[in-house]
Amino acid sequence: MGRSEAEGSAGLGGNRVIRNRWFIRDLRARFGLAVLVLIVLAAMLAPLLAGDPSVQRDIVATRFLPPLSTDLHGAFHLLGTDRFGRDVWSRLIYGARVSLGVGVLAVLLSVVIGLAVGAAAGFWQGRLGLLLLGLTDFALALPRVVLLLLLASLWQPSAALVIVVLGLTGWMTIARLVHGEVRALAARPFVEGAVALGVRGPRVLVRHILPNALTPVIVAAALGVGNAIMLEAGLSFLGLGVQPPTPSWGNLIASGRDTLVNAPWVATAPGVALVLVVVAATLLGDAVRDRLDPAGRRGSGAAGP
Amino acid sequence: MLPALLRRALAGLAVVIGVVTLMFFLLRLAPGDPALLLVGPAASAEQVAAQREALGLDRPLPEQYAGWLSRFVQGDWGSSIATGRPVRTMIADAWPATVLLVGTSLVLSYLIGIVVGAIQATRGGRLDTALSVVTVTLFALPGYWLGLMLVMVFTYWARALPAFGAAGFDADFLTGWDRWADRLRHLALPLSTLTLIGIGGTARFVRGAMLDVRDAPHVAIARAKGLAPAAVTIRHVLRNALIPVLTLLGLSLPALFSGAVFIEAIFAWPGVGRILVEAVGARDYPVIMAATAVSAVLVVLGSLLAEALAAWADPRLRVPPGSGETA
Repeated sequence: MGRSEAEGSAGLGGNRVIRNRWFIRDLRARFGLAVLVLIVLAAMLAPLLAGDPSVQRDIVATRFLPPLSTDLHGAFHLLGTDRFGRDVWSRLIYGARVSLGVGVLAVLLSVVIGLAVGAAAGFWQGRLGLLLLGLTDFALALPRVVLLLLLASLWQPSAALVIVVLGLTGWMTIARLVHGEVRALAARPFVEGAVALGVRGPRVLVRHILPNALTPVIVAAALGVGNAIMLEAGLSFLGLGVQPPTPSWGNLIASGRDTLVNAPWVATAPGVALVLVVVAATLLGDAVRDRLDPAGRRGSGAAGP
Repeated sequence: MLPALLRRALAGLAVVIGVVTLMFFLLRLAPGDPALLLVGPAASAEQVAAQREALGLDRPLPEQYAGWLSRFVQGDWGSSIATGRPVRTMIADAWPATVLLVGTSLVLSYLIGIVVGAIQATRGGRLDTALSVVTVTLFALPGYWLGLMLVMVFTYWARALPAFGAAGFDADFLTGWDRWADRLRHLALPLSTLTLIGIGGTARFVRGAMLDVRDAPHVAIARAKGLAPAAVTIRHVLRNALIPVLTLLGLSLPALFSGAVFIEAIFAWPGVGRILVEAVGARDYPVIMAATAVSAVLVVLGSLLAEALAAWADPRLRVPPGSGETA
């Protein structure tokens, strides 16, 4: 994306961002990025950091061990064990792979759909544009979780289904954002120049307009990943998402629900991890947005589940 | 103002019709057959076919749809495939509970959220930073997990508050004040869960909106003419910052109802959300359709109300049709 046209879009200059080193000075950006990098690294290096999450030997002796305890076999359990004697830390780290993966892929899908719909609606402003905008408004008015519940429970639950369902129900905000950007950019001199030079139709859109409209989309996507991870966990929590024994943060919380009295750490740990990721993504998104658009400092208030 | 609202109302009606139509065909296209669930796995093919015929599931889809829509509009919502109870009774019993939970949490979270956001925007400094940490954390809390944590602390450890249902087993024997206290105790945990999360989002939004307005020319003039700082904040900053907040209120209603579905499932709150979750599991077509239609209507009515409020607060929003920037 970062071609020479990037300078054309006022206030969104990618160069200035790097030159000022604001990223290092902004506490929110530092904290958000550090937490996200740590958790992504932990997820990628899971086999080095934790044992096999499915291992269980003599359940009676090793189940419900509290955090920081060592079992009969001399294995250390940082976050204790669950009711099957499985190590909660291992399941948390391996669950991060599933939860982050599902969240990122779902947001990618909604970005692709949102970009296509929003760009088309902004560029061809006639009947097609109105139709696409109407479709977007309609989809925005649908109660998302009700739709998620129906879709996820009507077909066999799986990680792939969760990705598709989250992607198909999350593209609207991106589409609106892109639509606004494309409309504003289409009237700018550098686009008129490109048209005057003989660049036509879709090529103007793809080569000249879209690269300049991407920055806010990236911010929205960062915020969306947190939300998607939260929704994935919600669906898995209701038993409609990723199915055990594959660990995801949502089904870890769900399994901890039954043992809340004698092993509260099972449900607590994945929840804390989830909150950390969402806080980090939100703070990072806030920082980047403030930087890119000092005029509109609003926090996104649309509440998740 | 009226024609614009009328236009919105028509658009809202279109959304409701769109939602139920989408749901109807999604349900029929998805795998899973209520007739099969009803007769059980041991039934013969003829029994299944007979059951399907009895339920009208053997007709062509458009015919089923037209039949369902005309009966539904006339008030014949059928009865539950799973339990045989009339759907209208089920929904009539459930929706006050949902409205009580969602409505109270909406009012509380907006009141508290506006105050917190306003304090952040006017005081600034360390207090602002500290409150920002709190609100972003509240905003990031998943409802079902916060619910579990509250149950752990207040039900299992402190043994202070009930975690399930809307009333105790002995509720029918309680009278007067005791009955109210029982209701309130049952409402406490689900309401706190929804409200705490709502406060996070609202406070963040109000803070941003007030910071945006603070630098507007009319605020500078109000200060320059010597108005007391508190009066400037309340009459000129907060009042204008509340307009986008009212719009947000309308936009966040679907999310709020969705969130309530999780909360109702956790706390066994006898509302529309719980009925929906149970009906989806049982492929209970008439119940799913009715619950979807009712929640769609509630959401559309709520956002219409929020839009009317915003138009009342801001004359600029009373625009002639054709230039709708408030969506």
